[in-house]
Amino acid sequence: MNIHEHQAKAVLKEFGAPVADGVAVFSADEAAAAADKLPGPLWVVKSQIHAGGRGKGKFKEADAGEKGGVRLAFSKEEVISNVGQMLGKTLVTHQTGPAGKQVNRIYIEDGADIKTELYLSLLVDRASGQPAFVASTEGGMDIEEVAESTPEKIITLPIDPTAGVTDADANKLCDALGLEGTAREDGIALSKILYKAFIEKDMDMLEINPLIVMENERLRVLDAKVSFDGNALFRHPDIMELRDKTEEDEKEIEASEWDLAYIALEGTIGCMVNGAGLAMATMDIIKLYGEEPANFCDVGGGANAEKVAAAFKIIMKDPAVKGILVNIFGGIMKCDVIAEGVLQAVKETNLAVPLVVRLEGTNVEKGKEIIANSGLNVIPANDLDDAAQKIVAAVKGA
Amino acid sequence: MSILIDKNTKILTQGMTGKTGSFHTNQALDYFGTQMVGGIHPKKGGTNWTSDKGQELPIFASVAEGKEKTGADASVIYVPPAGCGAAIIEAIEAEIPLIVCITEGVPVLDMVDVKAKLDKSSSRLIGPNCPGLMTPEQCKIGIMPGSIFKKGSVGVVSRSGTLTYEAVYQTSVEGLGQTSAVGIGGDPVKGTEFIDVLEMFLADDETESIIMIGEIGGSAEEEAAQFLKDEAKKGRKKPMVGFIAGRTAPPGRTMGHAGAIVSGGKGGAEDKIAAMEEAGITVSPSPARLGVTMTEVLKG
Repeated sequence: MNIHEHQAKAVLKEFGAPVADGVAVFSADEAAAAADKLPGPLWVVKSQIHAGGRGKGKFKEADAGEKGGVRLAFSKEEVISNVGQMLGKTLVTHQTGPAGKQVNRIYIEDGADIKTELYLSLLVDRASGQPAFVASTEGGMDIEEVAESTPEKIITLPIDPTAGVTDADANKLCDALGLEGTAREDGIALSKILYKAFIEKDMDMLEINPLIVMENERLRVLDAKVSFDGNALFRHPDIMELRDKTEEDEKEIEASEWDLAYIALEGTIGCMVNGAGLAMATMDIIKLYGEEPANFCDVGGGANAEKVAAAFKIIMKDPAVKGILVNIFGGIMKCDVIAEGVLQAVKETNLAVPLVVRLEGTNVEKGKEIIANSGLNVIPANDLDDAAQKIVAAVKGA
Repeated sequence: MSILIDKNTKILTQGMTGKTGSFHTNQALDYFGTQMVGGIHPKKGGTNWTSDKGQELPIFASVAEGKEKTGADASVIYVPPAGCGAAIIEAIEAEIPLIVCITEGVPVLDMVDVKAKLDKSSSRLIGPNCPGLMTPEQCKIGIMPGSIFKKGSVGVVSRSGTLTYEAVYQTSVEGLGQTSAVGIGGDPVKGTEFIDVLEMFLADDETESIIMIGEIGGSAEEEAAQFLKDEAKKGRKKPMVGFIAGRTAPPGRTMGHAGAIVSGGKGGAEDKIAAMEEAGITVSPSPARLGVTMTEVLKG
């Protein structure tokens, strides 16, 4: 689960990380009071959306102005006018896709004088199975570009979870970031603070880009991007409250309420599959036969008829869907249960597009029988290859 | 021969009294008499569990007690995600040689703790978030449908559960059959990697060929490809067919499995396919042609 920058900074501040003072506003008439709470003479007015590249982004609407989604203001009047310009407008960055994202909240922050920009993040390293810091002196840039062009400027430091961040680890990080004097003292403290926050809050990723050294040699977290492990949210009700559903696809929200993994895509063939790997492979084989999947949808191992019906309805909400492929290889799931769920959904949604159903595994004969005897217009398939060819042909013929 | 499990393997079920654990313990008992020897429940120790066909199995209060009383050498875990990390650690501390965790949705940092303990132990963990493993006509641990298996010569290893079934089903249809099939699971931090299983298949005399199914995210497939290249130089090589799921997945989105994500330009399907082909694996572009492709490769 992703959260906004201002929320991430508030979480990090609880753990003692150095972040600037700031106020989040949700409407233009809150801007003046927010600016008053900060000392000036420099304010940073930052669009809050769940996507990177905001500074270099561009608004779709002309009246939002030419500048990007992060702006400097040298007076309270400028704070107010920038909030007015950006709020409610659509910001397009390299991570939002061409549709962009609507800015529904803005963070106004006390400005800082920047001496150096650094990069620091924490994630779980798959290779070692341990949390690891990633550090670079090339802050403020897209770290993926740095990884591409100058990989030697990025260091990865795995942390032994049984010991936590040792002084030796912290010193290695400070060396990698080129920190000295006061900034180094701050860096040693910060590495332990970030690690504690990462572990205690079950973060998936914690990225500070940039981490800055200010003119007074102190460190500050200038931008923060935090995401949490969705599987661990059950033990963090405080974090769950930070979820901003306006940032998510409506169909994806509904899917998550049914505990379905659904991701909207650009194509025309709706897919309903059990298992993430098979769901991806089903998308791949559709493409192999010359069409594009409209979605990724994994109904998981424990689905019942109601859940299958819910998945079906969510898939049908996408107006681009011209056909549906149901591909179920039952292990935990029983094919007869799936078949009943599919039929229930077909009836309830008055399905008007072609539907191909491929069933295999536990209780497969019963499942096929239910489909065959339904009297509904469902195209049965014998295997995955057959299923993919049939749905592609049906969609192309439509 | 088979790898990891055979008709002599004795298995405890952690989470046997729940709906899923109960269902699959029944399925395992029905599969060529897989030796399910008992279950674990901290509060129901001393009671019995009864199978659908009336077979009684003892419930023990702890894994250590279950191992001592039954001589179990494996444990399968169906415990819900919140308590799953602790259940794996209990099995590690009881020195169960083979631990198979089926549970999906275990918090990553719980697995980080498990991994730290696992690395210092002699136990092998398969999973979490995996379908388990099978040796046809001998032993079934986990949730794979027994009906699709056929005794034979192909070793199957996969990161994805349902794609394991595809590979098994297709090799059965082709008449090749399997020695063993292992689903290593789709999570980013897990007990067993491709390399571990590939090593066992290379060493197993009855395994004449191998199917390896990977997916986007991480670099386990590239590491496995490098391992295979190094082994081939030592003269250890078997015909292999591969598949990578997620060619069409958009970057930056997690595809169901916590592990399946392309990020930072890494973990993409094309790099993995290239690495596997370079290691001599015939990579099928279609997940529906794994069996057919293997038959073609074996004909030469």
